Amino acid sequence: MDSVLLETRNLHRSFGGVHAVRDVSMKVPVGAIKAVIGPNGAGKTTLFNLIAGTTTPHRGEVLFRGKRITAWKPHAVASLGIARTFQTTKLFPQMTVHENVMVGRHPRTRAGFLAGMLNLPHTWREDRETQAKALEILNDLGLEVYAEETAANLSFGRQRLVEFARALATEPALLLLDEPAAGLNIYETKELSQLILKIRDRGVTCLIVEHDMSLVMTISDEVVVLDQGQKIAEGPPSAIQRNSDVIRIYLGDEHA
Amino acid sequence: MKRLCIHYPVLAAAVLVVLLHLVLAATDKTFYMTQITMSAYYALVVIGLCLLMGYAGQISLGHAGFFAIGGYTVAVLTTYNLSPYRESTWLGSLRSLGLIVQWQDLYGQEVLSLSPWVAFVAALLLTALIAVAIGLPVIRLKGHYLAMATLGFGLIIYRIVLGAKLFGQADGISNLPAFHLVGGLQVNGRAPFRVQNYYLAWAAVLAAMVLSLNLIHSRVGRALRSIHQSEEAAHSLGIDTYRYKLATFVLSAVLAAVGGALLTHYNGSIGPSEVTVMKSVRYVAIVAVGGMANLWGAMVMGVLLNFLSLRGVFGSFDDAVFGAILIGVMLFAPQGLLRVPRLRGILFVGRASSLAFQRVVRGCTTYVRRSHG
Repeated sequence: MDSVLLETRNLHRSFGGVHAVRDVSMKVPVGAIKAVIGPNGAGKTTLFNLIAGTTTPHRGEVLFRGKRITAWKPHAVASLGIARTFQTTKLFPQMTVHENVMVGRHPRTRAGFLAGMLNLPHTWREDRETQAKALEILNDLGLEVYAEETAANLSFGRQRLVEFARALATEPALLLLDEPAAGLNIYETKELSQLILKIRDRGVTCLIVEHDMSLVMTISDEVVVLDQGQKIAEGPPSAIQRNSDVIRIYLGDEHA
Repeated sequence: MKRLCIHYPVLAAAVLVVLLHLVLAATDKTFYMTQITMSAYYALVVIGLCLLMGYAGQISLGHAGFFAIGGYTVAVLTTYNLSPYRESTWLGSLRSLGLIVQWQDLYGQEVLSLSPWVAFVAALLLTALIAVAIGLPVIRLKGHYLAMATLGFGLIIYRIVLGAKLFGQADGISNLPAFHLVGGLQVNGRAPFRVQNYYLAWAAVLAAMVLSLNLIHSRVGRALRSIHQSEEAAHSLGIDTYRYKLATFVLSAVLAAVGGALLTHYNGSIGPSEVTVMKSVRYVAIVAVGGMANLWGAMVMGVLLNFLSLRGVFGSFDDAVFGAILIGVMLFAPQGLLRVPRLRGILFVGRASSLAFQRVVRGCTTYVRRSHG
């Protein structure tokens, strides 16, 4: 059990009459890159939101390192070591890139209201460390030249990288990436896959929701396929590519 | 030294306060100081509201209510005559602890009442308590709903004040004793204390500015701004958005109560006109004119506009003027008055003076270092 970082058990959520996620059970091993694929409306993002605490499940459980975190609030989930990015990038538009990443240090720092108002020496020191750490992460992703740029002024691709940097600043054990390649061109997508591999090699487990098959098939260790809220296949990319159910939902019956 | 660099403008402002005093003294207009002092206490409300609106992104149309809770609490506690209980042991023990003060009212009658310090602390605690109780359910609301809920709170406080005998109904409460701070310092509206109180009020405002500036440049300040800009993202980064919004709500309520309590001591009285909805709207208008997320703008406008209002410049159209200001700002200067290009000159004066101050301080430190080494 030690090797399983995240597990969902019969996770279920419906909106009105629509069963967005139906009894999905899966395991994400430590150090893996796992992808969740499926056609539009298959429930991928809902599954993410159920794990991250943005949406509460109607049934089922989420376990992180064997601990029940079902229906925990997003901030509590984040503090535990699960970071996420969003399908449509959600940076803090009027803050600089540097500040955006500094916000990511929140769960790893302590200063509260009183300490902030009094700005005591140790509070100030902590903030300087936050600044340095954020810069370090920006350097690492090659974003240091944009540090003082207002986030809203960056190109779409760069914004996505900054969102990555911000999520990494929380020092997560698990990173949830919601369609990281959406809106990127093929070169950017290639860079992105290198980046995800690099992040994984540093010990961050990744769970990715993605449409881009080239990305999914090249970098993931395991793939889960959802269709209409249900898990229809799970396994290594090579097996998924040959799975007739998967081919049917993606390409139609005549190809299966 | 970098830790303190956000404080240079505060030092510059302190110098401007002294200069203003000298100018008023030279032109024989020291009577203006009374209204400046009052405006400074109103500015405390505005500073707190600026933290809530400009940084945490939450509106409150009930801040006059918190101002009133602060003011009325000290008014009731410091004027309630305890002389009938003078023989009782609890009063005796309170007296021996120094929590009771003895003074004479307007008719020369001896009054025993709670010490203003006790009343002050009680007022802040009570305000914090009420702010938590109101905030817990209300701060979950967003936008218009939050505006309406806080508006309702303000209205309730207004009707309570107007209806309850304890609060003097339409007459309010008057004849408060002076608030003796330490040494000879006291919050007292009488003419001999005018200069002292001018500086006391400014000290309170600048202290609030230092604390608030520190806060917005801290981890918490960043968290608040992030909540304002994308609550969902902030939440996903481990920020307990609900708790942070609630804490800011309480903090700004307590700042309003500090303003209310001190101004009530200064005026020696408080009445229901301090609690009207239009007062709350006025505070919101001032924060908007100042530029929402602009503490300096809010503070300067808080002092300036309240001063003009207290001097009667707006005549009987006082409330109409503040309503018009709110509409005007929303239409023509949503970033605040100081962001309008033609008015940038005001900002320039502020920046230049703070820069000059920075130079002076830096010069002094190098001089000291050289002469020691």
